[in-house]
Amino acid sequence: MDITSLYNEQFMDHVTHPDYKYSIADAHFVHDGVNPSCGDELKLYIKLDDEGKIDECAYTGHGCAVSMASADMMSDLMVGRTPEEALALCDLFKGMVTGSETDTDKLEEELDEAALLADVSHMPSRVKCAELAWRTLSEMLKENG
Amino acid sequence: MGAMLSPDELRQIELSPYKQDFPLLANNPNLAFLDSAATAQRPAVVLDAERTFYETMNANPLRGLYRLSVEATQAIARARAHIARFIGATDEAGNPQADAIVFTRNASEALNLVATCLSEAAGIKAGDEIVVSIMEHHSNLIPWQQVCKRTGATLKFLRLDDDFEISDKEIAEKIGDRTKIVSVTQVSNVLGVTNDIKKIAAAAHAHGAYCVVDGAQSTPHMRVNVRELDADLFAFSAHKLGGPLGIGVLWGKPEILDAMPPFLTGGEMIDSVTETDAVFSPVPQKFEAGTQDAAGAYATDAALTYLEDHDMDALEARERLLARYLAEQLQQKDYVTIVGPADPARHVGAVSFEVRDIHPHDVASILDMSDICIRAGHHCAQPLLNYLGHRSTCRASVAFYNDKADIDKLMVGLDQVWGIFHGHH
Repeated sequence: MDITSLYNEQFMDHVTHPDYKYSIADAHFVHDGVNPSCGDELKLYIKLDDEGKIDECAYTGHGCAVSMASADMMSDLMVGRTPEEALALCDLFKGMVTGSETDTDKLEEELDEAALLADVSHMPSRVKCAELAWRTLSEMLKENG
Repeated sequence: MGAMLSPDELRQIELSPYKQDFPLLANNPNLAFLDSAATAQRPAVVLDAERTFYETMNANPLRGLYRLSVEATQAIARARAHIARFIGATDEAGNPQADAIVFTRNASEALNLVATCLSEAAGIKAGDEIVVSIMEHHSNLIPWQQVCKRTGATLKFLRLDDDFEISDKEIAEKIGDRTKIVSVTQVSNVLGVTNDIKKIAAAAHAHGAYCVVDGAQSTPHMRVNVRELDADLFAFSAHKLGGPLGIGVLWGKPEILDAMPPFLTGGEMIDSVTETDAVFSPVPQKFEAGTQDAAGAYATDAALTYLEDHDMDALEARERLLARYLAEQLQQKDYVTIVGPADPARHVGAVSFEVRDIHPHDVASILDMSDICIRAGHHCAQPLLNYLGHRSTCRASVAFYNDKADIDKLMVGLDQVWGIFHGHH
């Protein structure tokens, strides 16, 4: 694997200049996610619009670049989605990083930038990092569903 | 602060004459394996020994009455004697205490055995104190936590001073009349520092307590002498010194091992059994229920022979130079902070460090793409990292088969990591 295939400029841009790393004061749902073994800690905020769709998604916390970039990409992707659509995307992302979903066209079309993290499927020790935000969102939506 | 390596010292570590003996290293010349503190590579002679055992003497040891089984039994006995000599476990007359060598699966199992069985023999109860250090690997911490939960005893910690040492004052304050067991590591797997076991054992004995030593990180890197240390029990793993995975060793003073009840029970550890009771075999069989990994014991014997054939003192001296060079080179990088003593000469094998504002997992993943293997995380020592105010660190560790090029490669790799996070790669 090439050194920059995962840590490329687009990926690094989400790490060094995140768009969604802030808290939402009037969020409808707030949920914590942790990876105890890495020390990654994430707080995820969701605001819904009048139709129940995700209006805004943001996060705070700290962790490795993979977990933070993943959270930033996910937050961007979730705007305008219904909870059901969001859950389906979480499942698709999980399939991608665990290697069970390999349809590149489908992944790029549905996951947009987050499809950049496909290489994580070759790095078993980093799967949990990549999944953190998505797992947190999934738990949040299921608890409030 | 130690002086930088001299030109002569640099020449000594320039090339490794040992890599050719290690198939994995010989077959992967681009690999910079800097994680020997987790597990060492194995020389061909060890792999050959494992195969030789299965090809020429494979039988269930101890029970068979035919010659093949006797050979397997003898292979284990020879390994026990060799291990005893290797760690200085000799009686007054200088004979190796082969029967005081107990085989386990690993150092963790050996330490679990000690925690469970020594606690019972010592009658640990509420009000008693067990003392460990804050730098223990979880293997020498959680078993004692469990003992304390079961018995109501209190677990106390020897903490470190600003120079990563356990001070005399700390020893005097924590080890006292209530102390029944002191269990400490000889070398820290995170900081690379060496603890003064002789001093700690003397303090334990002065209060009538037992001294247990985790030798997992010391035995591969220095001559260990359990008699000189005056340890009561000593545990280590074969795989960290070039032996096979799955073999751990526990040595104990014979009278202490005799007084301890068995750990696991079943086959191969009894003299006679009735419907309701059993008479246990003497040590070491008492602690070795089930069929033992005789091939692993035989291969461990070969690993020790390899180390001795190449002069343990020379290997230790080389490792000291490599560790010093590693620490010195890391100190040259303004974006790297060493977690541990500033003196490069105090690092035995391992150096932990942080790359400023970059998570250790990212550092390790990026290095991995250049075939550089380091460890990143809490190194099974979470209480130590919390105590030092870290969540995780990077750790590079060396063995004698490493060379200057491995460390130089790490330094180039770290610059690359820094560059990726700062927009110039």
